[in-house]
Amino acid sequence: MNLLQKIEAEHVQKMQSAKKIPAFGPGDTLRVSVKVIEGTRERLQAYEGVCIALSNAGINSAFTVRKISYGEGVERVFPLYSPRIDSITLVRRGDVNRAKLYYLRGRRGKSARIAERRQEAPSASAESSAA
Amino acid sequence: MSERSRTGLLAEKIGMTRFFSDAGEHVPVTVLRVDHCQVTGVRTAEKDKYTAVQVGFGRRKAKHTSKPLRGQFAAHKLEPSRKVVEFRVPAGSPLPDVGAELVPSHFVVGQFIDVTGVTIGKGFAGVLKRHNFGGLRATHGVSISHRSHGSTGNRQDPGRVFKNKKMAGHMGATRVTMQNLAVVGVDDAQGLIFVKGGLPGSEGTVLMVRDAAKRALPKDAPMPAGVRKKAEKAAEESVS
Repeated sequence: MNLLQKIEAEHVQKMQSAKKIPAFGPGDTLRVSVKVIEGTRERLQAYEGVCIALSNAGINSAFTVRKISYGEGVERVFPLYSPRIDSITLVRRGDVNRAKLYYLRGRRGKSARIAERRQEAPSASAESSAA
Repeated sequence: MSERSRTGLLAEKIGMTRFFSDAGEHVPVTVLRVDHCQVTGVRTAEKDKYTAVQVGFGRRKAKHTSKPLRGQFAAHKLEPSRKVVEFRVPAGSPLPDVGAELVPSHFVVGQFIDVTGVTIGKGFAGVLKRHNFGGLRATHGVSISHRSHGSTGNRQDPGRVFKNKKMAGHMGATRVTMQNLAVVGVDDAQGLIFVKGGLPGSEGTVLMVRDAAKRALPKDAPMPAGVRKKAEKAAEESVS
């Protein structure tokens, strides 16, 4: 581990200690509470959708959440360790065979569904530590 | 340079990363490492007709140091440095002791600094890269010269190209000073300075870091310099 990685790891630790980030991956449905400033006061805004991408890159880690808002597909990229994110809640686990679910962009309705992942078998438990 | 009231120091560029501030803002930072930055000499008005602090950075084996330089270091019983630079200070200002080690807390978090270094060499660069020219059109009869500069002047009168005409040529590898950069953090234990924004040069280059010439120095900045305490130094040497 070089010096820069060490510094980043320290900062990640600091950012992680402030809040609990659940172990999640692509295919999971998430509810992200984002801090929004309106005029002078701050409030929380929930954004719920399917996580279609997760990039693990130390402090630069980010994830993309896609949802259909009023018939229009909306994608939002969140920095994983941003203090603007109040909390991340895992709503539903999805069973997918891809790391990046960009194929969902071209799909609507029935074909854009993701099957729910059933209770993890002991052998699959190593996979959930990715986040 | 003379308007700066304190000496600067030398630091190695490690690389860039990002921090999140408490307010939730993303701050791009360059990490600098201050490694064995020692005062190798002082210049006084009585003896040298000017006032300055000579600072050395890093370590260099004695066999790789030139003989005259070796004598300079030996006179003060110091370990040879990788790079030596003088920082001018106003006449009559307090000077740090020779042999003192400068530490990142020389700079106060939130203060502004100027950083001098040599930029990455770009070689022989065309006008698009070097002077942000637009180039010629992609079609409409333009052949072969899509990235050329076009005309460089008039005809028989004046019959020459004016001096300083922007043309292709060598780019980069020049000494550059970036002014008014904010110090985001300092870490004495690891010898790190975190500066907001990018800095000149590639990773591993040694940069000159000084107080900003155009901003007021914070009142709590250590004078004449932020040096490592004697006890700390002894403790560190016993560990290593």
